[in-house]
Amino acid sequence: MLQYVAIVLIMLGLYGLLTQRNIIKIIVSLNILEIGVNLFIVSVGFVDGGLAPIFTSTYNSSVDFSFVDPLPQALVLTAIVIGVGTTALGLALAKNIYQKYGTFEIDEMGEE
Amino acid sequence: MKNFLALLLTLFLGYMIIASLSNNEAFPKYGEADVSSRVSQRYIDRNVTENPGEVLYGEATNLESGSANTIAAIVTDYRSFDTLGEVTVLTVSALGVALLLGGAKQSRIELNFKPNFMLRVGSRALFGIILMTGMYISIHGHLTPGGGFPGGSMIASSLLLLYLADDEFRANIKGVKVIQSVAGSAYVIAGLLGLFIGTYFLENLLDTAVLGDLFSAGMIPIIYVLIGFKVGSEISRIIDNFLTEESV
Repeated sequence: MLQYVAIVLIMLGLYGLLTQRNIIKIIVSLNILEIGVNLFIVSVGFVDGGLAPIFTSTYNSSVDFSFVDPLPQALVLTAIVIGVGTTALGLALAKNIYQKYGTFEIDEMGEE
Repeated sequence: MKNFLALLLTLFLGYMIIASLSNNEAFPKYGEADVSSRVSQRYIDRNVTENPGEVLYGEATNLESGSANTIAAIVTDYRSFDTLGEVTVLTVSALGVALLLGGAKQSRIELNFKPNFMLRVGSRALFGIILMTGMYISIHGHLTPGGGFPGGSMIASSLLLLYLADDEFRANIKGVKVIQSVAGSAYVIAGLLGLFIGTYFLENLLDTAVLGDLFSAGMIPIIYVLIGFKVGSEISRIIDNFLTEESV
């Protein structure tokens, strides 16, 4: 079921990107979209009752256990940090725009 | 009207995605992923190119990738080249922020409140604990959950605490820049060493030792600590750029 929640989040982010005219709201929409994509990627690798894919001393190969898929988690791990970097870049742009125009609304820009 | 069109478009797109995913044999239902049929099983069993034997905690030696944490093995060993690229993306975005917000003479943005003595001293005590936790998570990336990326973010968050709790505080940004450049260059040099001494870029040259030991997994802890420093210094720089402005 979590996969559908992630798809709903992606669609919410996309709707925000299409309709919002405020720069901060656009950046927030982008973040919601990104969280949705990350959740979706992680959920693809989930196994019911699966363990985190780390070998520890408490279980060995004689015990019957299964790991969740480590590959999506590895991809999302880096994607989260990249998301922070791109959000920071977007906010820096927004700060410069605010200093120039005194507003975050795209429609009110250029009127002086 | 425009909002309605956007709503229709997103609903249509969402319906298309869900319709293409449901009743699709290639796409597993939630919680029913078959890991053994995927390439991930080879990462777990450590037999992508050779078969070194069973992976046993505290016993297995000379594995293809000797990290107990499979995710660390993927991020810094099997797909280390990807990680180098993603670290570069982070560097470029940090440079972009510095280009947009940085200027010649920088001074702190004024806070809305005057931090009192207790807040300043207490935040300094907390700073050390958060910094140490961040370092711990970076160094133990090949044994426990976490690694360089969360550890680096934690290091940067300890600096953010000092910035917010003390209106006079300013990190030594020159030092942060040096750490950032050294860590980034060392990652590339580690890759080139693999090319010159071994056979391919970012090859794991060191002995992998026993699975589960702190000094194991060859290059993985070294590279993860470098990533931790790099991510930490970059996010610290971004924080510094946002909390300073050109002095008038």
